[in-house]
Amino acid sequence: MSRSDPDAPKKLAIIASKGTLDWAYPPFILASAAAAMGWEVQIFFTFYGLILLKPKLDAAVSPLGNPAMPMKMPFGPEGFQNIDWPIPVFLMGFPGFQALSTSLMKKTFANKGVATVEDLREMCVDLDVKLIGCQMTMDVFGFTKEDFIEECEIGGAATFLEFASDADVQLFI
Amino acid sequence: MSGIPFDEVLDNSGLLCPMPVVKTTRAIKKIQVGQVLKMIATDPGAPPDMAAWARQTGNEIIAQEEKDGKFIFYIKRVK
Repeated sequence: MSRSDPDAPKKLAIIASKGTLDWAYPPFILASAAAAMGWEVQIFFTFYGLILLKPKLDAAVSPLGNPAMPMKMPFGPEGFQNIDWPIPVFLMGFPGFQALSTSLMKKTFANKGVATVEDLREMCVDLDVKLIGCQMTMDVFGFTKEDFIEECEIGGAATFLEFASDADVQLFI
Repeated sequence: MSGIPFDEVLDNSGLLCPMPVVKTTRAIKKIQVGQVLKMIATDPGAPPDMAAWARQTGNEIIAQEEKDGKFIFYIKRVK
């Protein structure tokens, strides 16, 4: 594919299809980094990724279904923090375990100096990243545009494809 | 190398990817073309990321040093 204008900014097209806390990071991290480098960026939020457009983010995460997820404590001495706790699968289904895993991941990320998903999203908005909600999934899940942050736009497959066809990098996350 | 003149300082110590890159972009837009931003980071990913950022944005890292676990960049706004 050749871009007609060599001076035109590069383009990044991302599909964000996951709404769990862990997978909320990559689209916003890559989008903000690309936008910081002067790229033109669009993120198309579809299926479970749609909830990343809600004003108040309540993305959660659990090691259930993520068997490779390290379970580490975000407090205590360094040696203690580095222990990867072997959690039996049957315990992961206990009430409150998902909330616990979510708060542990948030705390760990904050301790390490990673911005929150809310902050990353705000930076994307500041850097003119275009956030597009998938109309079809909104209809299926019963969302309206009013359920999402006002900076987002609404579009469908053709909207994304038109931008992606001319993008230098296209990612499905 | 610490004798390099600069116009503004941005300390990104303790921040991980993509914050050093994003904050540098914001800071570089606030100085004039030709001026120099001194940026400090502790993220070990910062040196390769800043090199890529400079190539992509066309701004220039005129000097770079590593001291006490900190990476210090002197970035000249070119565009």
